[in-house]
Amino acid sequence: MIRVGVLALQGDFAEHATALRRAGAEVSEVRLPRDLAGLQGLIIPGGESTTIARLMIIYDLLEPVQALARRGFPIWGTCAGAIMLARHAIGLDRPNLGVMDMTVRRNAFGSQIDSFEIDLPVHGLHAPFHAVFIRAPVIESTGPDVEVTAALPDGRIVAARQGNLLATAFHPELTGDQRLHELFVSIAEGQAPAGAK
Amino acid sequence: MTTDHVTGTWTVKAGLAQMLKGGVIMDVVNVEHAKIAEEAGACAVMALERVPADIRAQGGVARMSDPEMILEIKAAVSIPVMAKARIGHFVEAQVLEAIGIDYIDESEVLTPADERHHIDKHAFKVPFVCGCRNLGEALRRISEGAAMIRTKGEAGTGDVVEAVRHMRQVMDDIRMLQNALDDELYAIAKDLQAPVELVRKVKELGRLPVVMFTAGGIATPADAAMMMQLGADGVFVGSGIFKSGNPEQRAKAIVKATTHFRDASIIAEVSKNLGGAMSGLAARSIPEKELLATRGW
Repeated sequence: MIRVGVLALQGDFAEHATALRRAGAEVSEVRLPRDLAGLQGLIIPGGESTTIARLMIIYDLLEPVQALARRGFPIWGTCAGAIMLARHAIGLDRPNLGVMDMTVRRNAFGSQIDSFEIDLPVHGLHAPFHAVFIRAPVIESTGPDVEVTAALPDGRIVAARQGNLLATAFHPELTGDQRLHELFVSIAEGQAPAGAK
Repeated sequence: MTTDHVTGTWTVKAGLAQMLKGGVIMDVVNVEHAKIAEEAGACAVMALERVPADIRAQGGVARMSDPEMILEIKAAVSIPVMAKARIGHFVEAQVLEAIGIDYIDESEVLTPADERHHIDKHAFKVPFVCGCRNLGEALRRISEGAAMIRTKGEAGTGDVVEAVRHMRQVMDDIRMLQNALDDELYAIAKDLQAPVELVRKVKELGRLPVVMFTAGGIATPADAAMMMQLGADGVFVGSGIFKSGNPEQRAKAIVKATTHFRDASIIAEVSKNLGGAMSGLAARSIPEKELLATRGW
């Protein structure tokens, strides 16, 4: 069985775990570097990026996750998780993973009353995906190796992929639609388990 | 396919609370406190003029805070900002929505404005959190539109005993439902004074249909971790941080203990040399009519 980790420092990690199990993966929560051993993929959930960044630094998680990302390990960040992956994260006051060649702006839509839902076409999916944006970031620009996989009707980028790294500004874990979790699990299937640290 | 962008839906209202899970929401009374809270890793702040311990000590009518003060705090931090409205005071809530607050706490810590009706929270785009002491109270608030629940505890005391009582009561009520037969849910709903649809939903899910934080008396990292182990999705800390000897360090310690709530060695580490916790007030010593938790119906 595929073993996927969910970073469980803060945020909606339980919702991701439920979605991953439905998509056929075995799930474990990651709070410390030793929890990465044996995983074939990692999800960084939605939450507060300031909180998640601080706790990743304090508990020495940045470096081992960066090392995995550089070796092509599958990692998917949703919302705050996408902010953690970006090379440039505008509005984040701490270092992040910085492994995806893109610039992300935190909280790009305003206050909570501006949070919204919309149906979006997503690359690789046949039918539109119901996307939920909560105090969400946008991807302002992407490098040459990054494929844009979804954009809003006004053109703003909200999902991207670079090799085995995925970023979505929205929250598939809140919708009950399994397709993106199934896609991620299928990517993780090809990955050898991470070594013990 | 709707290419329309819709705001203020139940999913986005309940969804923000889902993003706060596993985190700590701290009461702050000024910009300096707000920055300390954000720096410590709070996932949101509650902007208010007086922390509950001071409201309790000073007495008088406690109302919504000055919108200018709330806006200053909102401008100073990048994390979500919550603010309190009085129970039933729907115009205070309209004001907080108008200034773009991220979440409204319809709170028993303020003096109630209506002793029969809570705010109709479905009428708002901004989400609400409300307090509860048991499952029935939680479901009444959810039926009125609350997108997040916190157990009440007894605010401003630094005594965790009421927080424990209320969390255990909600969990006990949920376990009772899970053991009930489907045809018993109607009578249970009547006893709980809650809509049967929500009662059925709780039985199916084995938990509340919205996020549930703990509140009211959390003062130490161990308090926070205990409430998480008892089933809280996250922690509100009111007076416990800024009424303590070393707010910066205590705030950081409570954030870490909330993340690593099952790891006693980490909780031990962060509990070292924190200085004095808030001196507090034993909840048992408070006369019945001065309890805050009994406000709300």
